[in-house]
Amino acid sequence: MLIKTKANILSSEVTDRVVFESRREFIKVATAFSAGLLLPSLGQTETRKYADVPVGPYSAKLAVTDREDVAGYTNYYEFSTNKQDSTVLAQALKIKPWSVEVVGEVEKPGVYDLEDILKDNPVEERIYRFRCVEAWSMVVPWIGFPLGDMLKRFKPTSKAKFVEFTTLYNPEIMVGQRSGVLDWPYVEGLRIDEAMHPLAIMATGMYGDELPKQNGAPLRLIVPWKYGFKSIKAIVKIRFMENMPETAWHKSGPNEYGFYANVNPEVSHPRWSQRRERVLGSSIFTPKRDTEKFNGYGAEVSGLYSDMDLKRYF
Amino acid sequence: MLLGRKGWGSIKVIIFSLSLLPFGLLVNDAINDRLGANPIQTLHFTFGDWALRFLCIGLALTPIKIITGQSWPMRFRRMIGLFVFFYASLHLLIFIVLDLSLSWEAFKDEVPKSPYILMGLLTYALLIPLAVTSTKKMQKRLGRNWLKLHRLIYIAGLTALIHYFWLVKADYTEPLIYAVVISILFAIRIIVHCRKTRKLSLRDLSRVVLSSDKAGISTEHSVVKIPALPNRVHDCSRRTH
Repeated sequence: MLIKTKANILSSEVTDRVVFESRREFIKVATAFSAGLLLPSLGQTETRKYADVPVGPYSAKLAVTDREDVAGYTNYYEFSTNKQDSTVLAQALKIKPWSVEVVGEVEKPGVYDLEDILKDNPVEERIYRFRCVEAWSMVVPWIGFPLGDMLKRFKPTSKAKFVEFTTLYNPEIMVGQRSGVLDWPYVEGLRIDEAMHPLAIMATGMYGDELPKQNGAPLRLIVPWKYGFKSIKAIVKIRFMENMPETAWHKSGPNEYGFYANVNPEVSHPRWSQRRERVLGSSIFTPKRDTEKFNGYGAEVSGLYSDMDLKRYF
Repeated sequence: MLLGRKGWGSIKVIIFSLSLLPFGLLVNDAINDRLGANPIQTLHFTFGDWALRFLCIGLALTPIKIITGQSWPMRFRRMIGLFVFFYASLHLLIFIVLDLSLSWEAFKDEVPKSPYILMGLLTYALLIPLAVTSTKKMQKRLGRNWLKLHRLIYIAGLTALIHYFWLVKADYTEPLIYAVVISILFAIRIIVHCRKTRKLSLRDLSRVVLSSDKAGISTEHSVVKIPALPNRVHDCSRRTH
């Protein structure tokens, strides 16, 4: 028996706008209904914080993965290398109050309260495909704001060629940081033009509600054309730099995880192929889908890398 | 242990049922949709884990006999070995049928590029002749060669460990646990083997020396026939079984 996987997005994967919106309406009703069942005393129809957030540009018309799958399958090594354990352990994290330190090549450095950042940056919904370097993917309706808009408010200087992000370091709560699996704290980075690209967002929520702790609350990066590990969680520090920052996974395995980490089916991980991806939430008999270059965002971002050999700068 | 045929029979049934329990629990989870967000991976990893666990159990029977003097667990060695093969087969089957969806194209794309998958396939290939020759009939037919052939399990233990180490992204805790367990089980064998050969060669050596003295044959010649102590001991340190 030979089951060939189809080259492009299956038509069944792309949801018609009308169906899509009615589906969202259905989800809203269903969520409200189940919330009503769970919390009869509230008696409200809508309790989600970001329920009425507008849909932003670049939001894909894709059927979203079940929230349960997105919230229950998280790579969060700060808590555990086990995707289920990290979900449970992350609940110990305190996300209020939260502030972000802005340093480096920037005119307005300082410690910014997250509440203030959120006041300046109105959120919107962005449905993106999320492709993990481990060859699985899901479609998540993130709530967030364009990263570039926020960065511009800090007034980066002309020397700011890169942006570095750092996750909270607190081994007392982030118990995974007690082991040397990675060099803590987790650090990620983007070239400034990548960071300013309108597809890159800072997420504060998903599925119309606040971001669950295991998914990187209260503030995480989402760079949909790159492998998931670039989308750093629980950000406490942003540094503008002249030189390329050293990043956590690159430090751990420089020949396996590059700085760019653009989703690319033509460049395999040294130990596994990146040609295909398992779509979470699909039936166990559904073949993996073919991975798209730049995770399907080639039209928007390939210009950023036009003069680069992507096999070398993986 | 004093047990009748019936007694051993019922113990066998109990051990068989216990060995099948991980499979039953996983099937139950699958039916009730409790395999999590990535059910294929859950099935694939869990079956792989159990293949390795049964391999450890199988490798532990001889050391148990050596240390405790209890040889009755050896009665279940065949069954344990076949459960290694059972879980390894399911592990492979999930990969081929569900992960690759029986697609030759996917196999060609994904397998040759992946050293850990190749190492896993090699491990399975080593298990096949062991499962095929596991019957009493084959055991009789192969005679002494049967034991030699079944030493392949030591190699399979090592390749299974390498397979695990190579697939891990950063956290080596779990494969390390298996590596420690398997190393201990190998070490017990090596120590016992070295002791045995040392005792034997000492005895043999003295006998040879004595008899050759009597017969007036040169000692040197005899030593060549039966390797002397220093060589044997040196050999042991490099053995893996």
